[in-house]
Amino acid sequence: MSRLLLFVVCLIGGLQTLPSYAVEPSEILPDPVLEARARGLSAELRCMVCQNESIDESNAPLAHDLRVLVREHLKAGESDAAIRQYLVARYGDFILLKPPFKTETFFLWGAPLLVLLAGGLGIAFAARRRSAQPTVLNAEEQARLADLLKE
Amino acid sequence: MIVETGHYALVLALALALVNAIVPIWGARRNDASLMAVAPSAAIMTFVLIAYAFCALTYAHLVSDFSVLNVVENSHSAKPLVYKISGVWGNHEGSMLLWVLILAIFGAAVAIFSRGMPDDLRANVLGVQSWIGSAFLLFILLTSNPFARLAQPPAEGQDLNPLLQDPGLAIHPPLLYLGYVGLSITFSFAAAALISGRIDASWARYVRPWTLIAWVFLTLGIAMGSYWAYYTLGWGGFWFWDPVENASLMPWLAATALLHCAAVMEKREALRIWTIFLAILAFSLSLIGTFLVRSGVLTSVHAFASDPQRGIFILVILTGFIGGSLALFAFRAGELKQGGIFAPVSREGALVLNNLLLTTACATVFVGTLYPLALEAITGEKISVGAPFFNATFVPLFLPLFIAMPVGQMLAWKRGDLLGAAQKLTVAAACGVVAALVFAGLRGAPWASYCLAGLAVFVIVGSFTDLISRLFMDGYSVSSAWRRATGVPRSAWGAAFAHAGLAVTLLGLAATGWGVDRILTVKAGETVNLGPYEVSVTGLVPKQGPNYNALVAPSIVRSGGVQVAEIEPANRFYPARKMNRAEAGIATLGLGQVYMSIGGASPDGAIDARLYWKPLVSLIWIGALIMGFGGVLSLSDRRLRIGVARRARVSTVPNDKISAQPAE
Repeated sequence: MSRLLLFVVCLIGGLQTLPSYAVEPSEILPDPVLEARARGLSAELRCMVCQNESIDESNAPLAHDLRVLVREHLKAGESDAAIRQYLVARYGDFILLKPPFKTETFFLWGAPLLVLLAGGLGIAFAARRRSAQPTVLNAEEQARLADLLKE
Repeated sequence: MIVETGHYALVLALALALVNAIVPIWGARRNDASLMAVAPSAAIMTFVLIAYAFCALTYAHLVSDFSVLNVVENSHSAKPLVYKISGVWGNHEGSMLLWVLILAIFGAAVAIFSRGMPDDLRANVLGVQSWIGSAFLLFILLTSNPFARLAQPPAEGQDLNPLLQDPGLAIHPPLLYLGYVGLSITFSFAAAALISGRIDASWARYVRPWTLIAWVFLTLGIAMGSYWAYYTLGWGGFWFWDPVENASLMPWLAATALLHCAAVMEKREALRIWTIFLAILAFSLSLIGTFLVRSGVLTSVHAFASDPQRGIFILVILTGFIGGSLALFAFRAGELKQGGIFAPVSREGALVLNNLLLTTACATVFVGTLYPLALEAITGEKISVGAPFFNATFVPLFLPLFIAMPVGQMLAWKRGDLLGAAQKLTVAAACGVVAALVFAGLRGAPWASYCLAGLAVFVIVGSFTDLISRLFMDGYSVSSAWRRATGVPRSAWGAAFAHAGLAVTLLGLAATGWGVDRILTVKAGETVNLGPYEVSVTGLVPKQGPNYNALVAPSIVRSGGVQVAEIEPANRFYPARKMNRAEAGIATLGLGQVYMSIGGASPDGAIDARLYWKPLVSLIWIGALIMGFGGVLSLSDRRLRIGVARRARVSTVPNDKISAQPAE
């Protein structure tokens, strides 16, 4: 639901113009291969004034400007990596929806693996402790069992 | 006056909840039956009082009483009736009132339906539930009073946010709240068990129906929210890995894990510590979700409620309950002895794997949601964690679950036969491979789509393989199959449907890869090719609604020249809030949908439009409905039916003999 509200906030920012949703027809590149690359790149770039929205989804004016910027760079023949680098140099890692792997994000990217490992080890440990418990009846229990069976 | 009595009822409810938070637990300590007997009636009365307060606020909205601040801020005299009602919970104060109302509903339900439970357990459960109730009632009364009056009432209200003026708002929040507030009962059960120190299979039996109810509502609530976003936001997305969506996904993952390990505890008395821990975790995640949504920490531009005072209050509640319950847990966990023994390859082993993967997935979502906050607080560096991150981490964790799901269902308790299970699944695997090939042939790339579609078909067939083979154990006659089908416990059918439902959702998700989208400018009379369809815009028509003006673009969907559907995408303008809202035109054709939304029109009559063909997309939500159906089926299992737990033990003896098959 909050998604809607965030959208509203972005919308208020974009109210000066008539609303159009995310990618506008006028932005689209004639070359379908370049356009597909533009869409792919845009989906990984954050609309900085919105909350966790990519510039591909957002209709804030900033997202529009960034989409046009990305397409201009693509037309100039730059690689995806170069465009990403260009944007990071200006806006910081904040613009990447998929954060880069580095020291600060070690625990972010490592979390799934670490939790899986810790959980797996915990389970293995618990299983070993469990199997260490006596599973065979001792003499006293054997005798009681025999008594019970007789009844 | 009614508004004031509502406010007063809320204060009374707080007083009663405080009494109920102390007296029954004290009674349980002293083993005093009369003190414990306070709990059920006090719980029911608290519910009545909060329900009255809720009705009072609804009344103020219905009659457009603009001397009440909450009504002024969220209503308008011209607003349609249904949105006057749903507008009650379309804002922070009202939705908190709904929150405590649902909390009280669950408390009253335990009071009414759990007569078979031991008195001290019930007293403790209701006592803990009242602690939660008191904390949130206090929160409402101190920081978010929905009954505040204005000295100078305006003549007209500010209207409800247009995006919320939708049937989605009427259904989505109540469902979602029933889900994650419902988990409070599991939490109360866990805390009660820890307080009394009695944690056994019968506890798991008492708590399971409540977890199931909460899980069913949570599943439906999340699905409903996703469909709402899908048709309202105008770009056809249905899941965005938004922090607030994650806040509802985390309790769902924990509740799903809890359902599975509670089954182990119920059958085999194993995994007790873990079950209790998950019960605490599931509700803690609900509380964290509430905190994230309400406090404004994640969303500084969030419009819903970004008052730091409220944030701090919820944070105090959060630390109190999570910290308190974990301390209690640490205090008691050492006393618990190990339960039943099982081999790694067994039903229990499979459920442990399920829990490991679900918990890791949950932790991944948790870390991904909170990491940017933590990093910024520690180093000042700002990063974003969005959909691409979750797709790269969450999806690989979830895929093994799909493969393991049918296999786990095939394994016997204590010691299973992996090879045998694999052999029984040959048919299902063959169906999966054939389906993948057929999809690859019919629809082609991307490869992920047809591989996942094949996996989904494997799980759907695999979910029912065991049950179907049991139906025909006595030969292939309809009567014996029917006898067997009714002999198999309903919870076994429920599990099969729930698993199949998840796989149906997977099939819908896989099919997104085959979608077609077009973004273009169209004029009336033009036709757009969209996958197997052609869409013609017939005109541009202005339309007047009760509290909005709309621009509608009626369009006709044709397949090979034959008309198959008409759609009316619209763009509405709400003057009271000076806001626009898209109303997508959607035609469901088979299981797929043609989706069209329009932007503004230029002076020459051209409109910006987005058109999508989304094959099999409706399966995403149909799958959730099937999961919910599975949950309800499981709930109707007589052995689990609320309130008959004690009697059922006697009456189902013959039934148990029939169903004493290895796998269930």
